[in-house]
Amino acid sequence: MHCQLTNLKTKLFCSCPSDYRGKEPNTTVCPTCLGIPGTLPRPNEKALEDAIMVAIALSSHISNETTFYRKNYYYPDMSKNFQISQYDGGGGVPIATSGAISVEADGTRVTTRIRRLQLEEDPAKLVHLGAIDTSPYTLVDYNRAGIALLEIVTEPDLKSPREARLFLQKLRSILEHLGVSDGSLEGAMRCDANISLAGGARTEVKNISSFKEVERALSFEIMRQKSLLARGLKVGQETRHWDEARRVTLTLRTKEEEQDYRYFPEPDLTPMQIQADTVEDIRRRMPELPDTRKERFTKQYGLLPSSAEVLTSDKALADFFEKCVLLYKEARQIGNWITSDLLRCLHSQGLEIGESKITPDNLTEMLRMIDWGQISGKIAKKILPEMVATGSSPRDVARRHGLVRISEREILETIVESIFQEFPEAVKDASRDEKAIHYLVGQLMRKTEGKADPQLANRLIREKLQNRVQ
Amino acid sequence: MTEPYELTASEIARLVASGQAMAEECVESVIERIHEVESKVHAYITIDEEEARRKAKQIDERIREKKPVGRLAGILVAVKDNMCTQGIRTTCSSRMLENFTPPYDATVVERVKRADGIVIGKTNMDEFAMGSSTETSHFGPTYNPWDLTRVPGGSSGGSAAAVIDGEAIVALGSDTGGSVRCPASFCSTVGLKPTYGLVSRYGLIAYANSLEQIGPITKTVEDCAVLLSVIAGNDERDCTTANLGILDYLSRLHEPVSEVRVGVVRELFGEGTQEGVSKSVWKGVDMMGEFTAGCEEVSLPSLDYSLPAYYLIAMSEASSNLARYDGLRYGYRSPSESLDWADTYSRTRKDGFGTEVKRRIILGSFALSAGYYDRYYLKALQVRTLIRRDFEKALDKFDVLVGPTMPLPPFKVGEKIKDPLGLYMCDVDTVPVNLAGLPAISIPCGFVDALPIGMQIIGRHFAEELILRVAYNFEKSCHLEHRSPPLR
Repeated sequence: MHCQLTNLKTKLFCSCPSDYRGKEPNTTVCPTCLGIPGTLPRPNEKALEDAIMVAIALSSHISNETTFYRKNYYYPDMSKNFQISQYDGGGGVPIATSGAISVEADGTRVTTRIRRLQLEEDPAKLVHLGAIDTSPYTLVDYNRAGIALLEIVTEPDLKSPREARLFLQKLRSILEHLGVSDGSLEGAMRCDANISLAGGARTEVKNISSFKEVERALSFEIMRQKSLLARGLKVGQETRHWDEARRVTLTLRTKEEEQDYRYFPEPDLTPMQIQADTVEDIRRRMPELPDTRKERFTKQYGLLPSSAEVLTSDKALADFFEKCVLLYKEARQIGNWITSDLLRCLHSQGLEIGESKITPDNLTEMLRMIDWGQISGKIAKKILPEMVATGSSPRDVARRHGLVRISEREILETIVESIFQEFPEAVKDASRDEKAIHYLVGQLMRKTEGKADPQLANRLIREKLQNRVQ
Repeated sequence: MTEPYELTASEIARLVASGQAMAEECVESVIERIHEVESKVHAYITIDEEEARRKAKQIDERIREKKPVGRLAGILVAVKDNMCTQGIRTTCSSRMLENFTPPYDATVVERVKRADGIVIGKTNMDEFAMGSSTETSHFGPTYNPWDLTRVPGGSSGGSAAAVIDGEAIVALGSDTGGSVRCPASFCSTVGLKPTYGLVSRYGLIAYANSLEQIGPITKTVEDCAVLLSVIAGNDERDCTTANLGILDYLSRLHEPVSEVRVGVVRELFGEGTQEGVSKSVWKGVDMMGEFTAGCEEVSLPSLDYSLPAYYLIAMSEASSNLARYDGLRYGYRSPSESLDWADTYSRTRKDGFGTEVKRRIILGSFALSAGYYDRYYLKALQVRTLIRRDFEKALDKFDVLVGPTMPLPPFKVGEKIKDPLGLYMCDVDTVPVNLAGLPAISIPCGFVDALPIGMQIIGRHFAEELILRVAYNFEKSCHLEHRSPPLR
């Protein structure tokens, strides 16, 4: 996993602004991140603090001292043709090692071990016209060059594409709760997925743009590798490229073509000391983490652990929930609506909660309308997609589609009157046959297209019948 | 009559600040001298006369208006062409950077300018500072003012030649494995390699970052102390610099050093040392015995391994440092069109770099490759630790260590350039202190067959003040500082 530390104001080794999105190409750059001869890197201390905070959240072992290494390779997105990174072989010490992340999946707890956690600089962005292999040119935008990246490497503990996605979701939630990385920003979180089946070598899949794509890419790889193995063919160790449009992986390079990165300690940076005091200080300032928040949700709001898990697996969702709770008392109701219907809605529209226009005000207003009998639960489900897509209030949506319940006595009385005239036979039978009453109510509901308040309608019809008998 | 170009920085600063001489006169004198001798010596790659005149005028004006001026007021400083100068091209003597004009000043250049020093030009050097003779320059060699058929040493050959023949008053060089001290020795100037971390490397185009320091090349020890006081000190843009507060190398410079214990390093007089050099330096040692607490021989056995360790580390770092020259953002780019990026890079680097640079990139890449890293690079780091320990032990017993700077006097142009190993061997006495990060000064100690010989004084970490004092006392007893080269 590579996560940009989007909360930082400046890049990892220079004072250029780290907010590069939407900027003119090559404007948030300086001699250092352009690799101009003679420049030297100056480490961003806040980046180290962020990394330590994540290390604590992942219960990792934090090093006393950490060193930067140069990873040497030629590529047009590299301003120096080496990347300042960290290294876990031959004397290199990453910021932290041996952590873990647990996810509740279908009632069971799945723990993934974290191998290491380290900082490195993001390369520049290459821009192509259309596809990479047919573009007549490559443009280089160095605005991204030097952005602080946190690299998190897991042990081979994930057993299915679904587990991989849940793991990534949880990791993202942790990073967002810590406030170090905003996963909703394009390209802020990227992952290289490694996969191997029994009897085959490991392949690494690059160019995966989202967590949904991780699941797809891995599923494709499993299918591809299984079919190779079934035909008695070998799965070779290689790096593959996920083609999102065609939903296939393609060979990028084989083991023989793998780069030798010629790692060695970055001589322009001194080893960074991580004092125990600093770690303790950061530990004290740690914000609430998803697991603690989940715990609190079950206690404070009486949510089922499964709903609390779903809510806290996405910080924006949990925040949305808590904003709703301030506006509407029935927390469990809110929780149920968010984890079932709202999520389904978001999913089918391909949106994250943050991208959707629905507000806590609107969702809780909808719940109140149900309580007051202004709409039924069924109608609420009908209007929710539009609320998500447009941000309109539930009242507006319901009105626009004529879905507000008719519960005004006078209106209904007029309709009852007309029904009585229309179906005199039924009215006659009604005095001795309960079924006939149901029939009249049914006719009224038909006439109002289901919008009549059924209880009130029932009462009015019975009242009118009684008046007749007398 | 003594011309201003023959004066030392300290003398000029006194004359200019007191109004006895104008900065403009000094500048004109040096420029005239450049016109006179540059065609014979070729010390410079780029000369900026107009800017020098403009700066001198400003300084004179400020003095007339009784405004304060910096301690380098009116002093022409030659800067080795691997230190970035805003608006003046900085080539590293390479075709690769022939037309590269940096957008910023190196910290040392900034500090020189802030002290009212005037940058007169950029001096010739071995390409990317890789060499000991200034012969690998893309712009042709510099010639030694003491014998124009010989090399001035390297890689800061242009800086040392310019100082001794009056084409500059003082100069800046950089020393990765001896590149300040070697030309200082060959040209009979003073040259100091400061403790690693004393002087900011920001703006120094890197050859081997963990070894190199920028240092003064001057006619006298006093000038060296002045220039060092200007350039030394913490720089937040280079996080390998130490924070030592305000540094002043002048106030105690003239004090005696009668308490100082001197160790004479046996390994610096190894088998490659020419007899004349050895004799001259021993004579210097005897002289030193008279004004110190005495000299005694000492052995640092690990120094025998310093040359291979040095070249492995330097080449490894260089292979990575020089990777950025691909023609994409600045510098030379192969004119061949419609190649993919990999071929454009290859073509650019094939044509843009000289033979020695390519040799070191290839060897360095090899030393860092998987499977060889442990055997070469890590081994070299271990040797480096041993050398540092040996020095620490010796410097526990002695305050300074001495020996020859170079095992031989300046050699002929073309004599060694075809024999890279033979040329590498010349660095045998200078590289150990770079590996240990210690300060060392080379100071003239005599002539053999009219060719200059230099002696090296090595001190503890950040003990520049002491080695400058020892050097100053030595200079006083030698009286070599006012000899000028014949330019023949």
